[in-house]
Amino acid sequence: MQKIGVFVCWCGSNIAATVDVARVAESVKSIPGVAFAADYRYMCSEGGQELMQKAIKDYGLSRVVVCSCSPRMHEATFRKAAQAAGLNPYLVEIANIREHCSWVHKDKEVATAKAIALAKAAIAKVKLNTPLVSGESAVVKRALVIGGGIAGLQTALDIAEAGYKVDIVEKTPSIGGKMSQLDKTFPTLDCSACILTPKMVEAATHENITIYTYSEIEKVSGYVGQFEAVIRKKARSVSVDRCSGCGICSEKCPSKKAKSEFDQGLRNRSAIYIPFAQAIPNVPVIDRENCLKFQTGKCGICAKVCPAGAIEYEQEDELVTQKYGAIVLATGFEPIDMAKFGEFNYEYCPDVITSLEFERLTNAAGPTQGHLVRLSDGKKPKSIVFVSCVGSRDTTERGKTYCSKICCMYNAKHAMLVKEKYPDIDVQVFYIDVRTPGKSFDEFYRRAVEEYGVQYTKGMVGKITEEGDHLLVHASDVASGAQLSVPADMVVLATAIKPAADARKLATMLTASIDTNDFFTEAHPKLRPVESPTAGIFLSGVCQGPKDIPETVAQAGAAAVKVLGLLSKDKLLTNPCVATCNEQTCSGCLACEKVCPYGAISAEYKLVNVKGLKERRLIAQVNEALCQGCGACTVACPSGAMDLKGFSNKQIMAEVDAIC
Amino acid sequence: MLAAQSTPDKEFEQLIVAFCCNWCSYAGADLAGTARRSYPANIKIIRVPCSCRVNPTFILRAFLRGADGVIIAGCHPGDCHYTSGNYFARRRMTLLMSMLSFLGVDKARLRVEWVSAAEGNKFAEVMTSFAETIKALGENVKLRDLRCKK
Ligand code: FES
Repeated sequence: MQKIGVFVCWCGSNIAATVDVARVAESVKSIPGVAFAADYRYMCSEGGQELMQKAIKDYGLSRVVVCSCSPRMHEATFRKAAQAAGLNPYLVEIANIREHCSWVHKDKEVATAKAIALAKAAIAKVKLNTPLVSGESAVVKRALVIGGGIAGLQTALDIAEAGYKVDIVEKTPSIGGKMSQLDKTFPTLDCSACILTPKMVEAATHENITIYTYSEIEKVSGYVGQFEAVIRKKARSVSVDRCSGCGICSEKCPSKKAKSEFDQGLRNRSAIYIPFAQAIPNVPVIDRENCLKFQTGKCGICAKVCPAGAIEYEQEDELVTQKYGAIVLATGFEPIDMAKFGEFNYEYCPDVITSLEFERLTNAAGPTQGHLVRLSDGKKPKSIVFVSCVGSRDTTERGKTYCSKICCMYNAKHAMLVKEKYPDIDVQVFYIDVRTPGKSFDEFYRRAVEEYGVQYTKGMVGKITEEGDHLLVHASDVASGAQLSVPADMVVLATAIKPAADARKLATMLTASIDTNDFFTEAHPKLRPVESPTAGIFLSGVCQGPKDIPETVAQAGAAAVKVLGLLSKDKLLTNPCVATCNEQTCSGCLACEKVCPYGAISAEYKLVNVKGLKERRLIAQVNEALCQGCGACTVACPSGAMDLKGFSNKQIMAEVDAIC
Repeated sequence: MLAAQSTPDKEFEQLIVAFCCNWCSYAGADLAGTARRSYPANIKIIRVPCSCRVNPTFILRAFLRGADGVIIAGCHPGDCHYTSGNYFARRRMTLLMSMLSFLGVDKARLRVEWVSAAEGNKFAEVMTSFAETIKALGENVKLRDLRCKK
C-alpha cells in the first residue's frame, strides 16, 4: 500500500481566502493510501519544505501531493525538497489549486469543492507514479545569435567576452540594425553611429565571434545544449576575402534605380551596393533583381572595374551547418505598413513622412546631407507637425493595441533637433499622452517644451489633406474642444513598431512561443523575462516587446548571462518523461515511428519473451536522448504498447476517473 | 438530437474535463488565473505534455463516467512545442467527433481549441462559452454508464 502525504498550501490568502484549505486536507485523509495530510501557510517556504521532508521521514511517505500554485511555478522546488528527503523527485505531483481554482472562482464552497476534486485527481495519479531517473546530455559550448542589431551585438559581445564562441546571423548585408539608421539618440542627443560603430567593430574583430551577414536561418533541430542550425549564406556575388571595399563598383554600376533600404527609399542606390558607409563587412552585395548582368546577361562593368577581381557572378547560396548549445533571438522590429492609414495621405503626399524617414533626413550622411528639406520641392519647411501614436494604442484591426514606447521620446528628440538647427521653423506635436518614464526622460521632454518652445497639443489627428503647396492637419484640441486645421509644410508620423516579419517563421522553427502581436513570449512575464519557455532559447531586445536602446542593451546583457549559465555547464539533465515501448505487446507495426517528430523511434529485431518462449520479433525502440516526450506515439499505437513515462495511459485515466 | 439525451430545462451539475497541453493552454489557464479571469468551476483541467497525448479512450472514458463535455486545448496550429502534435490532435478529434455523431451523441460535447500561453483572457472566454454550450445541450445521458461509477 502506498503511503501518500498531501500538503495543502494557503499561499497566504491567495488560496486560503477562497478555498477552505483545512477542509481539503481533512477530506483527503479518508482516501485509501493517504497516510498524512496537512495544510500550511506557505508550502514553498523553508518551513513548508521542512514540514514535507519531516513527514516523509516520520511517516515513511512513498508519494507526495502538493496542492498549491501551478506546477509551472514550483514543481521543481517541491521535487527538489522531496529528493533531499530521500524520495525520487518524480513521485511528487502538484494539484494546481491557485491559478486553476482560487484565483478564478469567487464562491468559497464551489472553490473548495473543486480544490478537493483536483487534489483527488492528483492523488489518483501519484499512486501510479514510478521513480524516474534523468539521463545526461552534453552541452555544445557555442551560442547562436539571430539578428545583428544592437541587441544581438551586445548579447554576442557579452558571451564572447566570457570566453565562449558566438555566431551572429544577420539577414541584411551589414550588422548594425535599426540603430545604425538613427541620427541622434535620446535623452542625451549623442550621435547614434558614433556609439554604435565601435560596438560593430568590436564584434567584427572579436576572436570569439563569427558574423554571417546576408544570411538566414534555414532550419533548426535538436534541443537545449544540442541545437543544430542550418544557415543559408545568400550569394553576395562578391568575394568577401578579396574585396577591399573601395567602392568603385557601385560608382560605375549603370543600374541606379533601386531604392536604398538603409535610407528608407529616400534615395536610389546602385545594383551593387554597400548599404551605408560604416557597414560591416564593408563589402558590397549585388542585388540580382536590379543587376543588368543578371537580368539581361549584358553589362559586367563591376567585374571589369574591380581592382581586386572580387566580383563572382557565379556565386551560389551556401549552406552552413553548425551545432549550438543556446540560441538567442534578437530579431528586432520594423515600422508598421502605412498602407492601411489612408487618412494621413502618406502614400500620396511626399511631405508626409514617417519618423524613421525623418531620421534619415536629418542625418548628415543621409540623402540630403542632413539638410531638412521637403521631399516635394526641396525647400526648407517653415512649419512641421509631428503626430504621435500612429497605429499604436489602436484597438482597430489595422493598428496595434500596445504602446510602441519609444515614440514620445523620439518625437521630443526630433522636435528639438529641428529647433536646434532651425530655430525659425514652427514645430507642433499632436499627442494622446506624453509618456516619459525613464531616466532623464521627463526632463528631456520638458526641455523641448520649455527651452525650445515646441508646441504640444493634446488631441488626435484625424486627417491630413493637401492645400496648394502645403498640408492641412485636421485634429482635435482636447483642452479647448475645438477642431483645428493646422497648416504645415511637413508632417512626421510616429508609426507604431512591430516585430520583424520573420519572427513568426522563426518561432515555428524553434517552437518558441509568440504572442498575437508576434512578439516572442517570455518564460515568465516578471521573473524570467529573457528566456523563452522553450529551454535553451533566449530573448534579446525588441523581439520580446517594445524597448528603447538602454533597455535593449540591458536585456541583451541579461540574455547573455542566461546563455553563459547554460554554456558553463558540461552536462544537462534530460527530461525522463519519455516514451517507452512494452516489448511484449508491441506488434512491430511502427505506426509510432511515422508520427514521431524527432525520429526517436526505430525498428529492431529483438528476442522477446512470449508466454515463456523466446521469439525473434520486430520491436519499436525509443531513443531516449532524442525523445522529447510529446506522446504522439502513445496514441498512434494500436496495441497500447507505447506509453509515456510521467504521463502514462493509466495515470491520465486515473485522473479522469477521479474527476468524473 | 435524441430527446433522451437532453434535458436543457432542468438545472444540472455539469461536469467538464479539459485536457490542456503543458506549453500553451495549461500556461494560458495559469495566466487566466493570474489575471483573475473567471470561468465556471465545473471545468477541471488535466495537464498533458501536448494535445497529441490525448488518447480518444480518455475522452470516451470521461463520457462513460458521466462527463457532459470534454475540451482539448493546445497550441495554435504551427506553434506546437513539439512542432506537429496539435495537427495530430486535430485529425484524431475530427474522427472522434464523427464517431460521436454516429453514436448519436452531439459532437459539440467535444471541442478542440487553440489557446496560447499569452491568451489568459481567451482561455476564460473559451471555457465559459463551452460551459454554456454544454448547459444548452443538457446532461450527457446517452453515453453515461452508471456501472462505471463506483
Ligand atoms: S505542445 Fe501544445 S499542442 Fe503540442
